[in-house]
Amino acid sequence: MLVIKNLHAEINGKKILKGLNLEVKPGEIHAIMGPNGSGKSTLSAVLAGKEDFIVTEGEIFYQGRNLFDLNVEERAKEGIFLSFQYPVEIPGVSMINFMKTAVNEQRKYRSLPPMSSGEFLKYMREMKDLVELKSDLANRSVNEGFSGGEKKRNEIFQMAMLKPKLAILDETDSGLDIDALRIVANGVNKVKTKENSVIVITHYQRLLEYIVPDFVHILYDGKIVKSAGKELAFELEEKGYNWIKDEIGD
Amino acid sequence: MDIKKTFEKYIDIFEKNFSNVKQHESSSLYKIRTEAYEKFKKHGMPDHNDENYKYAGISEICSQDYEFSLDSRGAIVDLNEYFQCEIKDLDTHIALLSNGEYYSNNKPIENIGEGVIICGLNMAINKYPEIIKEYYNQNAREYDDSFSELNTMFAKDGLFIYVPENTKIDKTIQLVNLIHGFGNKNIFKRNLIIVRKNSELSLVICDHTLNNSNNFVIDVTESVVLENAKFCYHNLQKEPNKTGVINSHFVKLNKYSKFDSYILSFHGGIIRNNLFVKMIGEFAESNLFGLNLTDREQRIDNYTLIEHDVPNCSSNELYKGILDEQAKGSFMGRIIVKPNAQKTLAYQTNRNICLTPEAKMRTKPQLEIYADDVKCSHGATVGQLDETALFYLKQRGINEKEAKLMLMFAFANDILLKINIVPLRERIAELIDSRLRGEFSACEHCLMNCNSR
Repeated sequence: MLVIKNLHAEINGKKILKGLNLEVKPGEIHAIMGPNGSGKSTLSAVLAGKEDFIVTEGEIFYQGRNLFDLNVEERAKEGIFLSFQYPVEIPGVSMINFMKTAVNEQRKYRSLPPMSSGEFLKYMREMKDLVELKSDLANRSVNEGFSGGEKKRNEIFQMAMLKPKLAILDETDSGLDIDALRIVANGVNKVKTKENSVIVITHYQRLLEYIVPDFVHILYDGKIVKSAGKELAFELEEKGYNWIKDEIGD
Repeated sequence: MDIKKTFEKYIDIFEKNFSNVKQHESSSLYKIRTEAYEKFKKHGMPDHNDENYKYAGISEICSQDYEFSLDSRGAIVDLNEYFQCEIKDLDTHIALLSNGEYYSNNKPIENIGEGVIICGLNMAINKYPEIIKEYYNQNAREYDDSFSELNTMFAKDGLFIYVPENTKIDKTIQLVNLIHGFGNKNIFKRNLIIVRKNSELSLVICDHTLNNSNNFVIDVTESVVLENAKFCYHNLQKEPNKTGVINSHFVKLNKYSKFDSYILSFHGGIIRNNLFVKMIGEFAESNLFGLNLTDREQRIDNYTLIEHDVPNCSSNELYKGILDEQAKGSFMGRIIVKPNAQKTLAYQTNRNICLTPEAKMRTKPQLEIYADDVKCSHGATVGQLDETALFYLKQRGINEKEAKLMLMFAFANDILLKINIVPLRERIAELIDSRLRGEFSACEHCLMNCNSR
């Protein structure tokens, strides 16, 4: 599904990623953990195609294709979904119009006919229930006036609507109380199939109790310094990041 | 042609054709026109040295010569047949102006209330001299505005609406300004609107140019809103690329009256809108909205002057603009709060998006506050589309072009939501959408098809 080889990336001349390697196979859940400033969000931004970040070295293959040949919207249509750490408020654009446009653009890309309004509303209602989102959402502007928890739930709702092949959850757990966390995690699990993959970026082991990863990677100073099974997350929670620093002799 | 020659031309025309009282409808009109002529002669045509008209492109408008017609031109064709309303499902009483003249074949607007008068200004001058005497040129003459003086010198016709006391006109009145025929025309239109105590009126003005010429239109509307009356004014501007328009609206608000103004400029050559609102009765309220969508070489300027003469009035102003390609625009918003106008609420906002580095917008708020117990605020921005929002939309698979359209539409939506007449709001939403998509044509619903000629 995704192969990242020796990825180097920088922003405004500052080197953030310094030789990152990662492979994600279909159906796998990978967790990426690491201290602040280690490059977690940079990785998600580079995968989604944010132009502020410049890739100076390395390759990324997504479903066998060079990811850098695809622009932001093509990546999205090919099934890459980013759940934003800070979802953007867009006053004046209604959720319903936003999602209808997105769903139908993606359908068009797959040579499917656009959904009728009736079909779309029904589909939207089903997905909304999945993430236990309030029903007045459709009439509101995208993220405008949403609480922190609602914004994150809205991200997972969009993920449910778009059914991505590769979902990147960038600190989706930050700012969530324990109930919201469970709802968000349940949503992710319900959308998850044997074919699609998830990359969970998080600081804490908490979320991983609900979304159980196949692999846990520790990102430190722009590189993955340690990879193991889900037990690594517990170890990290217990010992803290200093343990990793000592381990790699930094 | 240039500004000086244009000025001389107008002076010359007036001296040759309007200097004798017999050349006017009445001696009072002769007096009014002569006074305007004297003021215009003194003030001259504003050029780039005039602070108020600095960016209005007057020299560009005056670089051409326009055919000045002294006689009634009439319309050869049946305009009712040619004109098809663009605003579907909007049930209105329609009045047509043909090159500035009240169209003689207009279907009469009757049975909408006892004592309500809707007719051509020219007819009103003859039939209702006492109303004309009381209101005509009373608002406009208080301002030293050259173009309004020019209009007063030459204007003979336009729309006249008189709503007597305690009358609510349920249906919107729609005025359609048709410009047709060959040649570059100089057109003067004059509207007079009087809404008396406890009455309500809603007016939609649409411009519809059927010829392919470069016209120069000088409009003046005077509105008087009396005690506890409501007047809602919408102006949809769609002018061909080379048409110059100077449009001035003078509004006087009495006690407890309410005035809403929507100036929606979809397409312009060079458009200048002046809006003068004078609040002379306590607890009057005015809400002024403006939206400009321009591209190519178009230029739209809005000048507003709100005067709070008395206490306890409120004014709320929101103007927005999206400028593409080499479009230019300016917003000048003056608010004057007089010394005794305590408890005034005055808010002003002007927001603009320039889509290209070549597009230019100038914005200048001017608040002059002489009272101490007031709430006033102003804000002005000129920026680009929000890049983070654009990225967010694209990340969901929405194409860049569509994502930009969504953001632009959202930007305009603020103004749209303020329009209270639902079918009008829906139609305007469609117009905004097609305008932003670049599908817009001033002639899209016109049977004359002059664009294809």
